Amino acid sequence: MTGLLLASTRKGLFSIRRKAAGDWRVEHVSFLGDNVTLALPDLRDGSWYAALDHGHFGAKLHLSPDGGATWTELAAPAYPAPPAGPEETDSMGRPIPWKLIRIWSLEAGLPGQPGVLWAGTLPGGLFRSEDRGESWTLVRGLWDHPDRRRWVGGGTDYPGIHSICVDPRDGDRVTVGVSCGGAWRTEDSGATWTCCSQGMRAEYLPAEQAYDPVLQDPHRIVQCPAWPEAFWAQHHNGVFRSLDDCGKWEEIQGVPPSVFGFAVAVHPSDPMSAWFVPAMKDERRIPLDGKVVVARTRDGGRSFELLTQGLPQTHAYDLVYRHALDIDAGGDRLAFGSTTGALWVTENGGDDWVTVSEHLPPVYAVRFA
Amino acid sequence: MPRVVFTANLQRHVPCPPCTVPGATARQALEHAFALFPGVRGYVLDDQGELRHHMAVFVRGQACADRRGLSDPVAEGDEIVVMQALSGG
Repeated sequence: MTGLLLASTRKGLFSIRRKAAGDWRVEHVSFLGDNVTLALPDLRDGSWYAALDHGHFGAKLHLSPDGGATWTELAAPAYPAPPAGPEETDSMGRPIPWKLIRIWSLEAGLPGQPGVLWAGTLPGGLFRSEDRGESWTLVRGLWDHPDRRRWVGGGTDYPGIHSICVDPRDGDRVTVGVSCGGAWRTEDSGATWTCCSQGMRAEYLPAEQAYDPVLQDPHRIVQCPAWPEAFWAQHHNGVFRSLDDCGKWEEIQGVPPSVFGFAVAVHPSDPMSAWFVPAMKDERRIPLDGKVVVARTRDGGRSFELLTQGLPQTHAYDLVYRHALDIDAGGDRLAFGSTTGALWVTENGGDDWVTVSEHLPPVYAVRFA
Repeated sequence: MPRVVFTANLQRHVPCPPCTVPGATARQALEHAFALFPGVRGYVLDDQGELRHHMAVFVRGQACADRRGLSDPVAEGDEIVVMQALSGG
């Protein structure tokens, strides 16, 4: 537990340091004014990676070896040339570009895999690097899978990989989450893939397709580090849990105050403890009744507590995106940031929250270093 | 030889001062400019080497018609201006 937090925002990357119990302060800002979509503190060597989206100029990737003091631009993942012939289209006939739209997830390999990084992107390509991001290779086993063409965008024009879970038991086993494409698993470092979202239910689809695992929209998938057969997903229309390594997902009913949301965190050593930041779905996407709340379960989803202490309970319209909730390696500290620039931290599992700031730029991602 | 000028907004991210380079088309001239300032290429062109969706290249004040190939001819003394396309609000 380093007491360091990285907040990726619309206008820069903020590093936030714990000065004392409950006292977290902005210590440094990198890329002030630029759109930082996510950051990865690599615990293997202390490097920080930052993904930027410059809009006109495209998505970029930067590396800092010294805690944000200096940055070097790396090669961004790039799609190879598409095959000759008609332009590729999705299941609805819309063209899919072979071009990087956004770096939507970034994760490190295991400690025994120095230099290995995984990057999930829009429009749906997963990339792997073996040299700390100096170069990237499109994972063709997934990109070329025939079911990949059935993926569709969820809230974006194109499908994207937002969650990458590297199995702590075996770095060649990786599970990714796709909006909208379900969950996918490789056992051989990306060569072959199988869809592993059986049991998820999509209420936005015609009834006969509702349980099609390839058409699911998990907003975020996380894996319990100490019990890696346990996964949690905040799905577009519900919360799902798998305790058998994604063999079967079970829908968790009755999450208060709403089953809609983007973010989920699982306790690092207790697979039955998970946190969510629900919102009013789907058309409005604001906190229910203007109250920012966190839902916590300690019993695998049988029951939930609503955590509100320290969080605004009147006219608060903070939405929390899928990468904007994180839990640290100890399991007591969590942090989440909002679209309206608020950032909260707890040091007791969510019983009490302290406000780090209410005036940051819109927060896209939060990550403990 | 034509002269290539990059928008100041781009120079905030990567060094790319104005340069005079050889080339008979916008593509040829730009590739020479990218050789001088390698970091710029990915900011102007996408994965497939096409002009980024929200970028524009002007030759003699006219937007290049061939956004994929950038085959628009350029002549001695022409100015090639690389800038953001006006899009959005």
